Amino acid sequence: MENMLSIVTFVPLVAAAIMALGLHGNDAAAQRNAKWLALFATSVTFIASLAILFQFDPTDTGFQFVEERQWLMGMTYKMGVDGISVLFVMLTTFLMPITIAACWKVETRVKEYMIAFLLLETLMLGVFMALDLVLFYLFFEAGLIPMFLIIGIWGGKERIYAAFKFFLYTFLGSVLMLVAMVAMFVDAGTTDMVALLAHSFASDTIAVFGFQIVGGLQTLLFLAFFASFAVKMPMWPVHTWLPDAHVQAPTAGSVVLAAILLKMGGYGFLRFSMPMFPVAFDQLATFVLWLSAIAIVYTSLVALAQKDMKKLIAYSSVAHMGYVTAGIFSANQQGIDGAIFQMISHGFISGALFLCVGVIYDRMHTREIDAYGGLVNRMPAYALIFMLFTMANVGLPGTSGFVGEFLTLVGIFQANTWVAMFATTGVILSAAYGLWLYRRVVMGALIKESLKSITDLTTRERAIFAPLVVMTILLGVYPSLITDMIGPSVTALITDYHAALPAMGETQAATH
Amino acid sequence: MTSADFYIVLPEVLLAVFAMLALVVAVYTGKDKTAPLMFWLTAAVMAALAVWIGLNGEGDNAAFGGMFNDDSFSRFSKVIILLSGAAILLMSAPYMAKRDLLKFEYPLLIALATVGMMVMVSAGDLMTLYMGLELQSLALYVVASLRRDSVKSTEAGLKYFVLGALSSGMLLYGASLVYGFAGTTLFGGIIQTASEGHVSLGLLFGLVFLISGLAFKVSAVPFHMWTPDVYEGAPTPVTAFFATAPKVAAMAMFARVLFDAFGGVTGDWGQVVAILSILSMALGAIAAIGQTNIKRLMAYSSIAHMGFALMGLAAGNAGGVQAMLIYLAIYVTMNIGTFAFILSMERDGRPVTDISGLNMLSKSEPLKALAMLVLLFSLAGVPPLVGFFGKFYVLKAAVDANLVWLAVGGVIASVIGAFYYLRLVFFMYFGKEGDGIDGAMAPVAWVFLMGSAAIMVVGVVNLFGIEALAATAANALVN
Repeated sequence: MENMLSIVTFVPLVAAAIMALGLHGNDAAAQRNAKWLALFATSVTFIASLAILFQFDPTDTGFQFVEERQWLMGMTYKMGVDGISVLFVMLTTFLMPITIAACWKVETRVKEYMIAFLLLETLMLGVFMALDLVLFYLFFEAGLIPMFLIIGIWGGKERIYAAFKFFLYTFLGSVLMLVAMVAMFVDAGTTDMVALLAHSFASDTIAVFGFQIVGGLQTLLFLAFFASFAVKMPMWPVHTWLPDAHVQAPTAGSVVLAAILLKMGGYGFLRFSMPMFPVAFDQLATFVLWLSAIAIVYTSLVALAQKDMKKLIAYSSVAHMGYVTAGIFSANQQGIDGAIFQMISHGFISGALFLCVGVIYDRMHTREIDAYGGLVNRMPAYALIFMLFTMANVGLPGTSGFVGEFLTLVGIFQANTWVAMFATTGVILSAAYGLWLYRRVVMGALIKESLKSITDLTTRERAIFAPLVVMTILLGVYPSLITDMIGPSVTALITDYHAALPAMGETQAATH
Repeated sequence: MTSADFYIVLPEVLLAVFAMLALVVAVYTGKDKTAPLMFWLTAAVMAALAVWIGLNGEGDNAAFGGMFNDDSFSRFSKVIILLSGAAILLMSAPYMAKRDLLKFEYPLLIALATVGMMVMVSAGDLMTLYMGLELQSLALYVVASLRRDSVKSTEAGLKYFVLGALSSGMLLYGASLVYGFAGTTLFGGIIQTASEGHVSLGLLFGLVFLISGLAFKVSAVPFHMWTPDVYEGAPTPVTAFFATAPKVAAMAMFARVLFDAFGGVTGDWGQVVAILSILSMALGAIAAIGQTNIKRLMAYSSIAHMGFALMGLAAGNAGGVQAMLIYLAIYVTMNIGTFAFILSMERDGRPVTDISGLNMLSKSEPLKALAMLVLLFSLAGVPPLVGFFGKFYVLKAAVDANLVWLAVGGVIASVIGAFYYLRLVFFMYFGKEGDGIDGAMAPVAWVFLMGSAAIMVVGVVNLFGIEALAATAANALVN
């Protein structure tokens, strides 16, 4: 089929439209229908995306399943996947049914909630498939609307502040990217990303307002894109929206935010920053590596001091994203393989951890760590699953978390030993806050009166966790599932990147 | 003067004759009893003229020795002006009927103002331009104070009149300087003097005064002071009209003067327009944050939007004009929908303009709230809604013309501006329950609200082909 990617992308949107126009009323039956329809649509999307995965040829480093139609201003509606993006597509379609199942207990405005998530899925898939600059921006930015509503309507007490902060922070980051995209459009005369990947942007030093910009246009474009992706990722020091958004978002919102939305930043670095602005990337890599090291150590320490479970996991997400950025900017095979692996694995693990918090939040309606203790006595199954994901988050060998961290650290070590040294301390710190959290919540004697009647996981909850457990362990023991998939594309990416660098160096040397 | 000349101005003549005939008929029959009919009739005539101009117009024609132009640029603007005027008339009728404002003068004054606007966008001479401008302004001064027994409405009318007269004075002063130094009031003559390389200081002076007068009409900062007060004071349907057709006409006239008369010296006015643009965008974004009256808020919003439209103009090339036209078309469509909603804001039969009236609209009126959500995000310029494309076109034009600083300033202003649109969404979706609006919506207004919201969503496919039309229009103006 030629329109495979479009079909996968727009199935959720169609379901959302059917729900918006066809489902009336707000009684229990309508709510149930909305949930089942959403679950059905996301499952169909997942199954359809499996077809993409099976037909995907990992040895081909170009874009596959490409479809192209004319759009405005000579822009195109162009979709396609390569080894880097196909797994993000799979991650999204895999996690969405789980997310929908996780919000089964929501009772307020169920229909709108489901519509928001379905809409979000279409937009997220679009981000990973878009092969046109403006189309990418469209999907990238539009995701803010449903997420803003999800946090604002179904969030916690401080949801308004969190929703506004989330929206304005990310909006500010991405409008700068928009200007850069316009500049690229003007410079290259096209918004086709395949053509832009082949286009080399000027990198001669230019003066802007009296400042000498080394790397010229490339550096300016890189910084504009960096503003957007660094906020989205989020990197220290522009991460502050994330803890607020996570804490206030409903469980399912947190899952999507941590598991998929954050990955757009990393994906953007790999899709735009590295191949399109190699000279600037090369020049600023050390800077970003150090930012990542700071992020890992600093946010891990901050995580240690948290009283709120979700906030702790949110800071741990920032720390883990630090490995991703460091891996990407180490610009070697292990680093980038590891970064992608880490993003996928973090998608499962952080999603699962937020679900773990959601399980006890649904029962006790608090996220305070101090309100819990000794849960293992009443909830053995929960304790087991929480332990698995805590360990995976720490990076225990045998879980997917280990592979991601190990590969990125190998990559970082080759690029910058000092950064690798600091980053490695993050592993220890993550063990500290992870295990400490686990001990305070799950272990010990069950002395709190309110917890005496807490119940263990229901069948629905077990069913939600099951696929995540399987994926975490499967990727932990058989990582080539992912590395085989991304390997050739990453190799091509790095080859092109290095090919772009010395060539530029020679021309510069020649002109001097 | 030949019959061909008259054929070219036929749409304007028809509308003017219609307005005058209708006036006579209404006065001699039942006065306000005919008002409902007049609303519909005027709207129908305007819509019919729009269709006629849109489908029938062809080529580049000049009448009366170049004093009046009929090209695709003027036709594009006229179609937008006529259609938006008709739409506003239709949706204001129920509002006015409810509040004893159903006077037959209103639609006729709107028709006359529209004639003025059509002359403005077609002007090929400073005299024609001034004539059109004054016809429009005088009609609008009157409708601003339509509610004679309201202090605010009469104040709005007076304020608008005094400041409008001041701006007309500036414009006239500029025009006389231009005439003095160019020796002609015809744009075709001025451009010959202005493009010979050495623009005399007097001509430049005249240009600056002309721009000041024009900036007042589009309410660009620093000539915007009248906008919030007039928007707030005037009856809501009148505000809706102010926010749409006259803005298009004024921007089109602005472009007409700058390109037809001073097209050879874009460097001389490009910077001035760029400054107007950045100031408007910034002030429109920042000053709206503190507003709680939705009409004042829309006033600041329109100032910011005019700033964006001016960004296209500042680019000084055909791409910029095309971007400006697309921006205006989108802006008008969004505003029609938004004002259709604002017209229906009432509690216990009394109009509400405080934004807290939107509290929890999503619970009581989910569909209307959704439509407003779409329009507000579109006004904020968030993709995939059509409002984003308007911004994208002007940004592209600005970057094309090496005005990157203006583009960066514009997007930052749009982030600040997003805050107050989000605040409206906040009231509708996250607010407190209990003190929201309760009025039902007139069917006509409902249709416009939903239609406008639907256009914002569906337009992402191809903007309804407006891109090519705007390109033709821009090429007719810039050559």
